[in-house]
Amino acid sequence: MNVSIPSALQSYTGTSQVEASGMNLADLFATLDARYPGIRFRMIDEQDRFRRNMRCFVNGEQVFELGRPLSDWDEVIILQALSGG
Amino acid sequence: MHELALLVATRKGAWIYRSDVGRRRWQTDGPQFLGHIIRHLVLDPRDSRTLLAAAKTGHLGPTIFRSTDLGKSWSEASRPPAFPKARAGEVGRAVDHSFWLTPGHATEPGVWYAGTSPQALFRSEDGGVTWEGVAGFNDNPDYRDRLGGTQDGTPDGPKLHSLLVDPRDAAHLYLGMSGGGVHESRDAGQTWMPLIEGLEVVDGFDASQWAFHDPHCLVLCPSNPDRLYQQNHCGIYRIDRPSNQWRRVGRAMPAEVGDIGFPIITHPRDDRTAWVFPMDGTDVWPRTSPGGKPAAYITRDGGESWTRQDAGLPQNGAWWTVYRQAMANDVCDPVGIYFGTASGSLWMSADEGEQWSMIAQHLPPVYAVETAVLA
Repeated sequence: MNVSIPSALQSYTGTSQVEASGMNLADLFATLDARYPGIRFRMIDEQDRFRRNMRCFVNGEQVFELGRPLSDWDEVIILQALSGG
Repeated sequence: MHELALLVATRKGAWIYRSDVGRRRWQTDGPQFLGHIIRHLVLDPRDSRTLLAAAKTGHLGPTIFRSTDLGKSWSEASRPPAFPKARAGEVGRAVDHSFWLTPGHATEPGVWYAGTSPQALFRSEDGGVTWEGVAGFNDNPDYRDRLGGTQDGTPDGPKLHSLLVDPRDAAHLYLGMSGGGVHESRDAGQTWMPLIEGLEVVDGFDASQWAFHDPHCLVLCPSNPDRLYQQNHCGIYRIDRPSNQWRRVGRAMPAEVGDIGFPIITHPRDDRTAWVFPMDGTDVWPRTSPGGKPAAYITRDGGESWTRQDAGLPQNGAWWTVYRQAMANDVCDPVGIYFGTASGSLWMSADEGEQWSMIAQHLPPVYAVETAVLA
């Protein structure tokens, strides 16, 4: 599936779009972290919660649970929410 | 000694300034990590090459970056400081940011300590690549129950800071917490005891309770590790171990200035000499230079008396804040003193505070200044 990467995380991926797979979001983020070490912890804390200013959308719908199932034709967008200067 | 470096951590990145020991001209290397919130940038004195940077951004979680070539290239810790995953039914803790970095004892190459917000202690044994919580502190139920929440700490989160390693004994550690008091371990962090006797707290609170204490910064005298100084929310203190009694030496400060501030530093070879940078702790706590007239104050008699040092600094209209990590000294003779302000200027004195000059201005808010001797 296609995963959109925000600019703040492109130092890990080198690109704004990556192809990756996973049975659910947790699986997808594990795949991304294996490929781009460290990227997961910048988005998700040690209690498996999205960090305060990180947002994740699957097919345009905001998702909060890492257990959200995924299929190969889903589109995942990771966003950095607006925050202060 | 060949070259000195100032390691400047700011809210928007890091800068490294280099000079020969004459300290007249400084070459700038930076910004590094532009846009990242850098809380602390520290060089390992055991190899004079390894740099660690405590970083996060406004959006991304906390991490540690490390360089083994003095900042030419950086890699990220593969396991930054993080709490264990909570068991079902437990409230899980998450590191918001690493705040303080301290290289371990000279006999323990590769060992580092990190203090975080919320207050927790982490240790690395591989030069900062991987970090583990110090269970004797982080999992101590007494500490967990009494540390309070984010509302009990400083405005951007409660912090564990001032990690000090006794140069005579790798297992003898001190730390401070805002809030949470001063604590000591003699077994490398397995067990801890409060060290708060003699310290005052805000009126109306019980000074016997360590959770009510707010040390802002602790320093241990390199020339006499039994002597520590402390800049506290409630004054300037000194302790001479093995005594457990702090003494408020800030009483000798001018009444119109007071003895409130964030940083404190001490002379590398003279345990009677220390510097503070007072701030306004009245009314709603502006935390700016009293009267808009910034100055350092030096004691050369262990805190019995204090002398104002403001030559070269603005004489009025300068409403500065100098954070607890933003004042440092080098080891030259005479000692160089450095500080950075929340309004983004970087100052130095090459003569122990007698005369000040500005190194840089218009930086982002300066969070930390450290000095280093380069190989």
